[in-house]
Amino acid sequence: MALHIEDITKFYGTNQVLDQVNLSMQDGEFIALLGPSGSGKTSLLRIIAGLQFADGGRLSFDGEDITGVDARLRRFGMVFQSYALFEHMSVVDNVAFGLKMRPRANRPNKGEISDRVRKLLDMAEISELGERFPSQLSGGQRQRVALTRALAIEPRLLLLDEPFSALDTKVRKGLRGALRDLQKKVGIGAILVTHDQEEAFEIADRIAIMADGKIQQFDTPNNLLRSPATPFVSEFLEGMGSYHAAGAGI
Amino acid sequence: MTTVLSSGPVPSGPTRRGAARVLPGFGLTLGISLLFVALIILLPLSGLAWQMSQLGFSDYLRIISSERTLAAFRVTLSAAALATIFNACFGLLLAWVLVRYEFPGKRLLDALVDLPFALPTAVAGISLVALYDKSGWMGTLLDGMGLKVAYTWWGIALAMVFTSVPFGVRTVQPVMESLSHDIEEAARTLGARDWQVFRHIVFPQLWPSFITGASLAFARSLGEFGAVIFIAGNMPFETEIASLLIMIRLEEYDFPAASAIAGTVLAIALFVLILANLAQGRASRHLNGGA
Repeated sequence: MALHIEDITKFYGTNQVLDQVNLSMQDGEFIALLGPSGSGKTSLLRIIAGLQFADGGRLSFDGEDITGVDARLRRFGMVFQSYALFEHMSVVDNVAFGLKMRPRANRPNKGEISDRVRKLLDMAEISELGERFPSQLSGGQRQRVALTRALAIEPRLLLLDEPFSALDTKVRKGLRGALRDLQKKVGIGAILVTHDQEEAFEIADRIAIMADGKIQQFDTPNNLLRSPATPFVSEFLEGMGSYHAAGAGI
Repeated sequence: MTTVLSSGPVPSGPTRRGAARVLPGFGLTLGISLLFVALIILLPLSGLAWQMSQLGFSDYLRIISSERTLAAFRVTLSAAALATIFNACFGLLLAWVLVRYEFPGKRLLDALVDLPFALPTAVAGISLVALYDKSGWMGTLLDGMGLKVAYTWWGIALAMVFTSVPFGVRTVQPVMESLSHDIEEAARTLGARDWQVFRHIVFPQLWPSFITGASLAFARSLGEFGAVIFIAGNMPFETEIASLLIMIRLEEYDFPAASAIAGTVLAIALFVLILANLAQGRASRHLNGGA
């Protein structure tokens, strides 16, 4: 078992955004948190990342309790909705950032860092962009850089916060496949937050459907369609059945 | 952005101006602006230039290289440099506190920052003297420790710090407010410690405004007169600032000497501002989405 989420609860003031959420994911699994805005999916992702902390509940990764561990020490690679690229650094420096920030004892030397960055850029098929700055990149390229930067720290888990929402449909479809391939190649688990049913169904092994701070149902795409657990799920997935029957899924 | 409509080269002025025109009456607004700039900024400066032109180059050198003038420049430049370094760092800290934290009295503190601009500088000078003179309570305190601020070089630096505080804060503050939290969070998930986030992520983004603030503070300190002369002691060769020496030469009706010193102060200030502008342009090349 890779990541275990137990009874995670979160309040913003008196407003409860997460209500005893439980979720377990397997090693190397691709999970989507799918739900309308305000369902708590981004809050859950940020708590997993260590950027926010839960008011109750427990998080563990590979048996280690990480509930109160700082984001810096979790080694979870995160891709932000805005990509959050460092505008004052070249693509190479963006990707190398995580390696350069390591404590001296386990920091690779300069040659090793640049080798690793080269390889990563090759893998993401953006090796020709290394010397550019983020302001000189297209949306799709920026997204690839953000993903590569997150992978550079050899993350134990990949967290993706609506990584496709700023892209147009055509680019989006191409990048989905590329993301899934990369994740398979690296062999780490991934959690994708999205409000786009089609995207979740196409990319994820299992989907957690969220509403009102709770996980309504957590299952494979097929099972979700075949036997929705609550009226909310069946209503939310309305229209996806025909999509899936048409064979557009994974 | 406005060039979308015109695909080819733009042959004539009116077309281009038509596209860029948001407010009506471009000719009128520009004309008034230029008139203002000419009357308020350029006319006095050309007066200075005219005065300087009365002077031969060797006369200029003789005035500038006299012991007393050189000493005044040394005092002014060194005190201004210290005040600038102090205000750049302190301004960064103050802006940080004002932007990043919520605390009671925050708005009052924010308003207080502008006080050195609003206060007549002479008032500032007199209050500083009252405070740091041997009989003032800070002065008594420091005297006990064997330190003397009033009527020394330190007093000059202190007065310069006081009058240029707002530059250090107000230039950095808006940029700091516009920084996106995502970027710092991204750096943290990549393993950066707090100081690394500041050093590698936050500060590089603030750097252009930091330079601007520092250069403005320096230029202001160079020319500060009212606040400084009360606390400076004004001993020739020791605590006499350039602005005071200009004043003294004017009172002696030695206009050429006054204008030579004034012109030099102006040139230094301009030089620093231009330098800062170049550095700022270089530093912000890739920021703000500009390629």
